[in-house]
Amino acid sequence: MLDGLKNKLRKFLGLEAKPDAEDDEAKAKLKQEMKSEVEAQSKPAEEAKKAADAAAEEEAKKQAESSEQISKESSTQEVEKVADKPKIGYIHMSGCTGDGMSLTENYDILSTLLTDMVDIVYGTTLVDLWEMPEMDLALVEGSVCLQDEHSVKELMEVREKSGLVCAFGSCAMTGCFTRYARGGQLAQPKHESFVPISDLIKVDCAIPGCPASPEIIAKVVVALINGDMDYLQPMLDMAACNLACGCDLQTNVVSKALCCGCGTCVLACPTRALEMVEGRPSHNKNRCIKCGACTTHCPRTWFPEEQIKKDLGL
Amino acid sequence: MAFGTYKEVVSARATDKAIQKVAQDGGIVSALLCYALEENIIEGAIVAGDTEDAWKPEPTIAMTPEEIIAAAGTKYTFSPNAIRLKEAVRQYGLEKIGTVGTPCQIMGLRKMQSYPFSTRFVADKLALIIGIFCMENFPRDSLKTFVEGKMYSSLDNVNKMDIGKGKFWITDPEKESGLALKETHGYEQAGCNICLDYVAELADVSTGSVGSPDGWSTVFTRTDNGADIFTAAVEAGVIETKPMDDVKPGLELLKKLANGKKDKGRKEIERRVNMGLPSPF
Repeated sequence: MLDGLKNKLRKFLGLEAKPDAEDDEAKAKLKQEMKSEVEAQSKPAEEAKKAADAAAEEEAKKQAESSEQISKESSTQEVEKVADKPKIGYIHMSGCTGDGMSLTENYDILSTLLTDMVDIVYGTTLVDLWEMPEMDLALVEGSVCLQDEHSVKELMEVREKSGLVCAFGSCAMTGCFTRYARGGQLAQPKHESFVPISDLIKVDCAIPGCPASPEIIAKVVVALINGDMDYLQPMLDMAACNLACGCDLQTNVVSKALCCGCGTCVLACPTRALEMVEGRPSHNKNRCIKCGACTTHCPRTWFPEEQIKKDLGL
Repeated sequence: MAFGTYKEVVSARATDKAIQKVAQDGGIVSALLCYALEENIIEGAIVAGDTEDAWKPEPTIAMTPEEIIAAAGTKYTFSPNAIRLKEAVRQYGLEKIGTVGTPCQIMGLRKMQSYPFSTRFVADKLALIIGIFCMENFPRDSLKTFVEGKMYSSLDNVNKMDIGKGKFWITDPEKESGLALKETHGYEQAGCNICLDYVAELADVSTGSVGSPDGWSTVFTRTDNGADIFTAAVEAGVIETKPMDDVKPGLELLKKLANGKKDKGRKEIERRVNMGLPSPF
């Protein structure tokens, strides 16, 4: 069933199907890499220890479970027992839920994805669970409000409980439009400082976009399942980025003599805050929502030549 | 690897006289886009259309062969065709779109297809991407500067521009005149100086004059999709071809220019990186 779905996913993404043995290998590789990623990147000693403990615990759990017949049914309790599916949490902070909705736009693959390929172990409205469990990957949507103690506490707990933390969508990655909040709204007028989650915790991976497109979400899922770390690398590289707006295009591309006038930034902008004037992006800051799409898409900020050639069969 | 990955390279031209008359060289871009449109391989094409201002092209969504042919001919300045792609998908409702671009423009589109972060349901609508050979591109004011200051003409009077045989050529009502290419150096945009791609290595099909005789173009087929469309166009008689070995000046010249651009680009990248400036390549 899993293999059938993988092929379906590949077809959906216009990728060629691979032999199955390779998949299992890749999956094993991914697990290894995910683990080493966590270990390598956790800077504080405490965190490293925790991660190592968590990994050891997971290992022990896996051994215990390897003898058990894995049940395909997906009630919450049974799902928690299945060890070889990545445990994913979805955490909603301050944002519009657009990224979550974007995820659900992958209708073709969604139901099988949720039942057979990953376990959603935590998430508001998705899972009936109050205590945050241990997770392999936490998708955090939305920025964090510094005046909201519950959000701050939840985010800290996410870092503690999850192997990898992904800033899912631009609000989590850059603050996006929530950067413009200045408080004065019911029910809590003092909520005014909404910041990227990387301001408070270490982030391992970021998927920008306002919202992140259904396709990039599907591609990330496929890469995760196949252990395709090459594909994910740009998103790991962007993890620490917490600044993004049209001004950055001027600063980092045009003012660095890199702009070639290709217009990809204008194509990427979701709010038409950019237009090309004399072959250069002109930035209307009144429309800009600081989502970072322009800088992310610019072929002169980073350029994934190998990945493109692979995708094109060149 | 001067030319990137390709399946086949030939010398070719459009057979349609109407295209030959207005084309820059072999009319390959116009002929392929028209063929793709008529065969419903694409439903529309984003091309560099003319505007009221001379030599100030603007991305134009062409829905008929006439509109494609109206945009024929090289403009040696910017037409960022990508900027109308979302509009073509969402407002025009096009499901299959063709476009043409310089190597750097194609890099932007290909990056968007591989990493479609912010382009919901756009990437899969690009059905045909034709690349044109490109050594460098000029801001419009650069063209104006040397057309007026060094060639004693004006953009309003220039009917055709061309680069070939070491010169930048303009045709105005009085005469055809050429300016040594080294006189245009320094007027290209600085972003071009780090580019390593002369022959649009990431396009479906790429084409340009260099390597082929006057009135013909050199064509590389690269992706499966691009090769299929080009082959079908040849079989349909829309495009005629000759083997590269039979034409002058041939691939050697093209190789020299392609490698020259790579060498120059790498040197410039090194120079910049040594100063602490960034480079994506």
